[in-house]
Amino acid sequence: MAVPILKQGPFLIASIQSALTDTDVLQLRDDVMAQVTRHRSKGIIVDVTSLDVMDSFVSRSLRGIAMMTRLRGAETVIVGIQPEVAFAMVQLGMSFEDVQTALDLEEGLALLEAGFLGT
Amino acid sequence: MADPTDPTAVNGQQDARDDLLSELVSHLSNNRTELRQEWARRIGEARLLTALTEEEIFSEATSVYDNYVEVLETGSVEALQDYARNLSERIIPRGVETDEVLGIVLLLRDVLARSLFEKYQADFQVLNEVLDAYEPAANRIANTVGVNFVQERERIIRQQQEAIRELSTPVLQVRERLLILPIIGVLDGQRARQLTEQLLRGIRTNRARVVVIDITGVPAIDSTVANHLVQTVDASRLMGASVIITGLSSEIAQTLVTLGVDLSKVNAVGDLQGGIEEAERLLGYTVISGAVDKADDRV
Repeated sequence: MAVPILKQGPFLIASIQSALTDTDVLQLRDDVMAQVTRHRSKGIIVDVTSLDVMDSFVSRSLRGIAMMTRLRGAETVIVGIQPEVAFAMVQLGMSFEDVQTALDLEEGLALLEAGFLGT
Repeated sequence: MADPTDPTAVNGQQDARDDLLSELVSHLSNNRTELRQEWARRIGEARLLTALTEEEIFSEATSVYDNYVEVLETGSVEALQDYARNLSERIIPRGVETDEVLGIVLLLRDVLARSLFEKYQADFQVLNEVLDAYEPAANRIANTVGVNFVQERERIIRQQQEAIRELSTPVLQVRERLLILPIIGVLDGQRARQLTEQLLRGIRTNRARVVVIDITGVPAIDSTVANHLVQTVDASRLMGASVIITGLSSEIAQTLVTLGVDLSKVNAVGDLQGGIEEAERLLGYTVISGAVDKADDRV
């Protein structure tokens, strides 16, 4: 299932609705990059609230998206990581050290806005 | 000598044993007072049940004795089981140990056996048969009392563990979006896991942005728990909350550095006060004291 990407002012919001296959993840990556280019977005929020599990491929790809968008001048924030998922990720050694994270969509937007207005 | 395979002979033996047992019971009932006193005296001599007074020992001894005789008579240990459980409940809080309880039951067994030896010393054959009837029953009683005592203790220990688990990891909100996790007592693997779980849940439900983990009350930490703590900090960050650890004692700090635990990503502050101040700074709070101004106005 494709992930819908919404434009909200200078930001993009990709809200993941259900478990992702590997193809979906790659699709998401391409879509995000295309939209960032088209809208000249300054920030992207990827909402993973509905994911109960996050395998290494998905986490690695999300981190990849964050790195790529940064090269296009947009900051990515991953929001809504569930408690169980968070701890499992850390145990697997994927602690997203260089990626911004926030509790939920609202927090993520606040974080982006603060960073955006700050610079 | 009767043929043991002959069913009538077996029945006959059973009857003979029942007769002996009832004779035994009447002997024990008749000599209740002396045997009981003898038992209480020997308990005192062996310095068992020192947590109880002499009257208490005597009254408990009476109940145990009566229950004992009843078991010999009826062969059913249910009443004794109830009594043993009840007794354990009463004496465990007073510090009575397992060896004492086993000791007094075995003493009673000895006292009664002695009195049987005395009574039947003339006829070795009868003594033998009496002991055959008495010993299995007596062993069963000792077993019942001992097992019940230990079970009661285990029940109490389980209850207390439960209570400790519930008490052990409170997650408290002190300001909007600021949580405090005071940890007291030794952190083991299970407690650390529980702590992580509660903290991550707490972050979500309270929408926390900063968490202060205070480990002033933790005497020691091993490398597993330290690593777990670091993982908790990372996981909290994934949920958008930053963690401040306060109250790392100098011993723990030394241990962690010696063990080579990587704490470079952990934000540590000396004490809880400092931790809360740092958290307020991160959240953009400023604390203004109003009390001083008012006091000045009054003067």
